[in-house]
Amino acid sequence: MTDVLMPALSPTMEEGTLAKWHVKVGDTVRSGDVIAEIETDKATMEVEAVDEGVVEEILVPEGSEEVKVNTPIARLSGEGAGAAPQSQPTAAPAPPEGEHLDAEPPVIAESRSSPSGGGGPRSGGGGQPPHTSEEKSQPLRDPELPDGVKLVKTTLRDALRDAMAEEMRADENVFLMGEEVAQYQGAYKVSRGLLEEFGDRRVIDTPITEYGFAGLGVGAAMAGLKPIIEFMTFNFAMQAIDHIINSAAKTLYMSGGQIKCSVVFRGPNGAAARVGAQHSQDYSAWYAQVPGLKVVAPYDAADAKGLLKAAIRDPNPVVFLEHEMLYGVEFDVPADIDWVVPIGKAKVRREGTDVTITAHSRAVGLALEAAEKLAGLGIEAEVIDLRTLRPLDHETIVESVKKTNRLVTVEEGWGPMGVGAEVIARVLEHAFDYLDAPPGRVHQEDVPMPYAANLEALSLPSVDKIVKAVRAVTYK
Amino acid sequence: MARGQASSTSKRKKNDTGVIGGNTDPMTKDTLLKFYRDMLLIRRFEERAGQLYGMGLIGGFCHLYIGQEAIAVGVQSIKEAGDQVITGYRDHGHMLACGMDPREVMAELTGRFTGSSKGKGGSMHMFSTEADFYGGHGIVGGQVSLGTGLALANHYKGNKKVAFTYFGDGAANQGQVYESFNMATIWKLPVVYVIENNQYAMGTSIERSSSETHLYKRGASFRIPGEEVDGMDVIAVQEAARRAAAHARSGEGPYILEMKTYRYRGHSMSDPAKYRTREEVDEVRKTRDPIDHLQELLEKKGWADEAALKAIDAEVKRIVADAAEFARTSPEPDPSELYTDVYLEAAQ
Repeated sequence: MTDVLMPALSPTMEEGTLAKWHVKVGDTVRSGDVIAEIETDKATMEVEAVDEGVVEEILVPEGSEEVKVNTPIARLSGEGAGAAPQSQPTAAPAPPEGEHLDAEPPVIAESRSSPSGGGGPRSGGGGQPPHTSEEKSQPLRDPELPDGVKLVKTTLRDALRDAMAEEMRADENVFLMGEEVAQYQGAYKVSRGLLEEFGDRRVIDTPITEYGFAGLGVGAAMAGLKPIIEFMTFNFAMQAIDHIINSAAKTLYMSGGQIKCSVVFRGPNGAAARVGAQHSQDYSAWYAQVPGLKVVAPYDAADAKGLLKAAIRDPNPVVFLEHEMLYGVEFDVPADIDWVVPIGKAKVRREGTDVTITAHSRAVGLALEAAEKLAGLGIEAEVIDLRTLRPLDHETIVESVKKTNRLVTVEEGWGPMGVGAEVIARVLEHAFDYLDAPPGRVHQEDVPMPYAANLEALSLPSVDKIVKAVRAVTYK
Repeated sequence: MARGQASSTSKRKKNDTGVIGGNTDPMTKDTLLKFYRDMLLIRRFEERAGQLYGMGLIGGFCHLYIGQEAIAVGVQSIKEAGDQVITGYRDHGHMLACGMDPREVMAELTGRFTGSSKGKGGSMHMFSTEADFYGGHGIVGGQVSLGTGLALANHYKGNKKVAFTYFGDGAANQGQVYESFNMATIWKLPVVYVIENNQYAMGTSIERSSSETHLYKRGASFRIPGEEVDGMDVIAVQEAARRAAAHARSGEGPYILEMKTYRYRGHSMSDPAKYRTREEVDEVRKTRDPIDHLQELLEKKGWADEAALKAIDAEVKRIVADAAEFARTSPEPDPSELYTDVYLEAAQ
């Protein structure tokens, strides 16, 4: 004996009208036969038989309205009966009258109450800590520089190139793919020399099809390779953001830990100079919001090299945000050692006692410059280079604010829902009582990037804007 | 599963070992009975999934494969170990045809810890690295670029594996499909694009949505050979898949198979399918059903009497009932699973 239950036809359906029976008592039904029609406020649907047998009884006559989901509507007997545990009426008690607000059918409620049995094929969490990745037990540190290490003046551009070359030498699975990365040597010459050393199997020129090649890169990563996907700029990655987020960031989770996606998406981000609104957007906050991604935005060449090497080695998808205006700037970079800077650790670039300024990427330079000016005004600013936006190292920020009691955030992106907003929220959560003034924010003005030189300058964060914001929070 | 490589010309021959045609691989009684069993398993599994959905045990969206069974079964019958399979959200049939445990698939549908993704993926997002199944993707067309990327990895590794990349007539209008076609050809990637043309992209018929309704021609601008296949005939599907895979595996690049098929149910469980008539559906079920078609063939060949087919029916029924019971009674994931599988631990 098998009960046929009133089915739900959508995730939200609780009841419906049994409009018509297509079978009568005594009929034989087979799997797939249409046996009834059900109406809801939205649609009419046909109900097909799953079990086979002879209709023994019609429990709900046609024309009945407000038939609750999971109410037995007919009874089958005959072959196959009893082989369908799901149809036992005990598993489906009708909801009490008038309980229309409860959107969950009682069957679900019953099964959802089951506690963790633990007896699954993969018990436990696969050895992973049940905490967010931001709760690290071991402090992250930059590598110690050995005595006598050579520091070589290197442009950011070459530091990035060296990082890729070193990792490609070390790991056959690492390859670079993007527009103009091979024969042209990179639109910004970041991949200069890589084609010559590694050949066109590992340095791959793509057509101008960001959505497609980002998807190919992620697919290749799912198959175990470690692609570096270069976007000529992150503005164009808008075409590919579906694969960065829906395919790369979410698949490890959606697969219960099975599908690994070790891929780096890199390229210049933020405002260049005089290229207008569609080529001048800072996407830091966009990517930093997404669980499953790591997001890195270095300022100097040593960090760019060390963090890119870490990003390539990381088993997770990493969005690596560079800055075109920094590519040609020279910084000291440790030479002749395997220089890897850990993802997830901010860096205090200047110590100070009166105010904490946080910044990332190019804005770090502005903050450092502002700090010098402020020193002339008798204000000692502590400048923190965030370096990694996800996971955000709020411990370093909070420690600093506990000392300075004041905070100004700086970013090239828009303010609303931005990186500064998140930094301030974390400080409020962890150091509310230490603040002596409302925090200040410096960011791109809330407009698309203008083209005119004067308007562009007005739109962007500047040293003067930072100085002004600091004076506001220090009341000086 | 692996069988010999196809000869490029398909010669019909018949001998006393029961060959009914095809290529170097004889179409034996065992093969056909296995096709019958595998297709029936998918159908019964999907019917049961529909029932569990109706009971509220499966949530959200649930897209059934009923009517299209011959495609996944036929194509994947020639899959070699290590060849990958990737598809969209109508994915239950492909997983079963990959050999995944019906219990694990059904338990994922009900969102239980014993599901293939520990209950964290759901109907549209399932994976099994063990079975070479790479999803289960919820964004229309997304799997086409990803599948081409799997083929890129095969090409990079030189491992002679093929990525079977399925998508529907709806996805065939997505831009990234053509970006992928282009790259697949210029790099000669070993990918077989299997277009499951069930004639309706949700509620929009192919005539209303597509300027070129013969989807096998869609690769022409990218120099990808394509052929139209009767997707309701598992034998035709297998033969075509063998040709396509041989082409891709030999380094010739991508290949397109347009499978003409039909889905009997709505786009998802909550689709009343008012965009087509009951008569249209009935006509296909009566005249083109892939399982009935194979059953007739088996009977005609004298390879399956009623008792033999009944035994298969009973076995399938038992498997599906067991999967449903497993999926109904397995525990939900422990709350501690909320924060697992977001990141992998980086090596120090």
